[in-house]
Amino acid sequence: MTPVLDIRGVSKYYPGVIANEDIDLTLHKGEILALLGENGAGKSTLMNIVYGLQQPDTGNIYINGKVVSLASPRDAIAHGIGMVHQHFQLVPDISVTENIMLGAESIRHGLLDRKKAAQRIKELSQRYGLDVDPAAIIEDLSVGERQRVEIVKTLYRDAEILILDEPSAVLTPQEVDGLFSIMQRLRELGKSMIFITHKLKEVMHIADRITVLRNGRVAGNAQPVTTSEKSLATLMVGREVDLTFEPAANVSGNLILNAQNVSALDDTGHLAVDSVSLQVCAGEIVGIAGVQGNGQSELVEVLTGLRRSHSGTVEIDGTDLTHQSPREFTERGESCHIPEDRHLHAMVADYSVADNLVLNTYRNAPFSHNGVVNRPAIRAQADSLVQAFDVRTPDINTPSGSLSGGNQQKMVVAREFSRPSKLLIAAQPTRGIDVGSIEFIHRRIVAKRDEGVAVLLISAELDEVLSLSDRILVMYKGRIVAEVVREEATREQLGLYMAGAK
Amino acid sequence: MNRMRRRSSLLTLLAIAFVVTAIWVNTTSFAEGSWQAQWLPLFFGVSALNFMLRAAVPLILGALCGILCERSGIVNIGIEGMMLTGAFAGFVAKVATNHWPLYASLSVSVVAAMAAGGLMGLLHALFSIRFRMDQIISGTVLIILAMGLTAYLYDRDAVAQGKFTAVAIPFLSDIPVIGEVLFTNPPITYIALILVAVVHVALFHTRWGLRTRAVGEHPGAADTMGVNVNAYRYMNTIIGGMLAGLAGGFLVLEAVGQFQEGMTAGRGFISLAAVIFGNWTPFGAMTASMLFGYTQALQNELLLAGVAGIPRQFVSMIPYVVTIIAVAGLVGRVRPPAASGKVYNKDGQQ
Repeated sequence: MTPVLDIRGVSKYYPGVIANEDIDLTLHKGEILALLGENGAGKSTLMNIVYGLQQPDTGNIYINGKVVSLASPRDAIAHGIGMVHQHFQLVPDISVTENIMLGAESIRHGLLDRKKAAQRIKELSQRYGLDVDPAAIIEDLSVGERQRVEIVKTLYRDAEILILDEPSAVLTPQEVDGLFSIMQRLRELGKSMIFITHKLKEVMHIADRITVLRNGRVAGNAQPVTTSEKSLATLMVGREVDLTFEPAANVSGNLILNAQNVSALDDTGHLAVDSVSLQVCAGEIVGIAGVQGNGQSELVEVLTGLRRSHSGTVEIDGTDLTHQSPREFTERGESCHIPEDRHLHAMVADYSVADNLVLNTYRNAPFSHNGVVNRPAIRAQADSLVQAFDVRTPDINTPSGSLSGGNQQKMVVAREFSRPSKLLIAAQPTRGIDVGSIEFIHRRIVAKRDEGVAVLLISAELDEVLSLSDRILVMYKGRIVAEVVREEATREQLGLYMAGAK
Repeated sequence: MNRMRRRSSLLTLLAIAFVVTAIWVNTTSFAEGSWQAQWLPLFFGVSALNFMLRAAVPLILGALCGILCERSGIVNIGIEGMMLTGAFAGFVAKVATNHWPLYASLSVSVVAAMAAGGLMGLLHALFSIRFRMDQIISGTVLIILAMGLTAYLYDRDAVAQGKFTAVAIPFLSDIPVIGEVLFTNPPITYIALILVAVVHVALFHTRWGLRTRAVGEHPGAADTMGVNVNAYRYMNTIIGGMLAGLAGGFLVLEAVGQFQEGMTAGRGFISLAAVIFGNWTPFGAMTASMLFGYTQALQNELLLAGVAGIPRQFVSMIPYVVTIIAVAGLVGRVRPPAASGKVYNKDGQQ
């Protein structure tokens, strides 16, 4: 059978960088092909080439056996290729209908025929089991709903080949399940999909075949039935990856973080944290599991001084820091914080790597002297941190926004770890980054614990909580609903607590 | 969203109340010497209303220019310069064709004014898109260029002969008050009012409008759906420039009849305020232009009537004070197109 999409020997070079080299990739009708690779492995470049956003330097693309030239998205759409971008390409202030018809408008008497388009959207959403309201305005929709709109957008243009660029990265676990059932339905109805991801579990679950990219080249092909997560991780990273850790050897029992009856409101004024008490001792990792949006973010903000609590007290090593500023938490409380939202709270994207690396220390000697910053000291600090934390950047003056997610996160961790500390609060420390960086950051967090730092880990990834924590708390609707020690914790049991079933 | 809708319905109610009051005042005869007879015509008389419309026309056209540019993602503070160039080109064409039949000469001059404005639009688009210049700077350059060039090239001895005069629309012009104010006007006034509706329909109900809004709000979304972002920006900025040129043409060919140095006198900037006050919609901008026009009318009427007790400087302040209050205070939360002022390049998508 002729493959619907066949990529032969595609290469793409940027100055000094091999984005793609001699890539072969085949997609058959009614198949889900997982394209697996770390950040920077060349997945996005390859897909941008298939979608006509970039042109390959060499190589050919065949659709249904015929060689095609894809000079723009318009060409790709004409050849039945649709792409669901990782960063949704939706106009926020207009309706679902208008977004979907954009570029392929139905026209009646010279005016937009919204009724006809909405009708077609309803038909499509029924046929493929995608719940989409044509009249809704995009900015009122949840992330999962927006993604469905993006999928309908491709189907509206009769796409036969769907490229899904890291579709699960932005979704909650429930939404991911919904996405997978949509993908299965699309497959049953004969659509072919390329599913880009770096999450191994998902690949094993949904893919028919797997192509792994590494450093811009195809590192191997595999099938879920004959491979394992471990061997896929090895293919992806190029070496063995180990994500298991020994439990804490010596919990000193010295109480570091002590929060009593903390309550806090969210931005809309609703109670998000409901009298939570928790203690973290030196030398242990306490993990908070929970589906996102159950008050974890607000709790972390209270524990780092970013949000004012409504009631309750927060002490670090005996010092009462309730209602103090983040700076007090950092300096008097000697705590460090890996924020959950990298771009909002953890870094200044327009600043250089070097400047980002001293955001928590720039006021102190040797980085400033009488209010004037000391550039040589900052550069020296940046050089050593970049090296120690394996931040891959062209140089320390590069704007941090241009690094890959994994490297940005390593930069944030490097900065937070550059001050001596008693407490580490790590919120979603590995969200959206590649396996190699995850392993690195996990090792560093465990090393901190072994130095005797108290660690509070908040993560929506159950595996992360399970592999790192010595004690696990589960948060549901703003309350701590369970506490389990590592040896007794199981996925099933925690999952039930997370769903509020117990 | 709801708040915006509530605000616009409030404005509509105010506008209706104003029109009803105006009709009542002009169709009722008040007792000689009463306060009504002294004051109400000043505020609501036909002459005040006519003045309001005359003052509003260039603002409406300028605001439409601003809306077209900004909706497609190009900030245009150079409306003033586009208007002035249009006015000058219209004047030059009129003087050159003085010996032609009046209407042929005036029509050619209108075309010249629009073409000159369009050229300025093209220049702005080239600066901002091709050369990725800061759009505020580019707009400023246009204003300075227009002021310098028109002043330098202006021949003080040149005189334009004749201007557009009022054309009464049969039947409609017989309606009391409304007929006199709305349906007894020179052609560019009619064109401006019609254009408000045309731009509204085009922007919200055509393919071109949908794409323009998408390009100004989220160019990536348009680009990935095969829409040529920069082509739409060029197109809109040029059409916008033509409308600003027409506003200049109005000043020379319909309002004043001659060119004067710097004759746009800040109207481009007030248009910009009307764009914001009108929340980037044609009808909103028209309402705002009418409001600004009305304050000028009021200033004029009060000065003519020689109102005693209030220093004339305070009366002269009215239009500017109202503009400041309107834009700073009454506007509330308005939101410009998200991508306005930002260069679009495909590589910078992250």
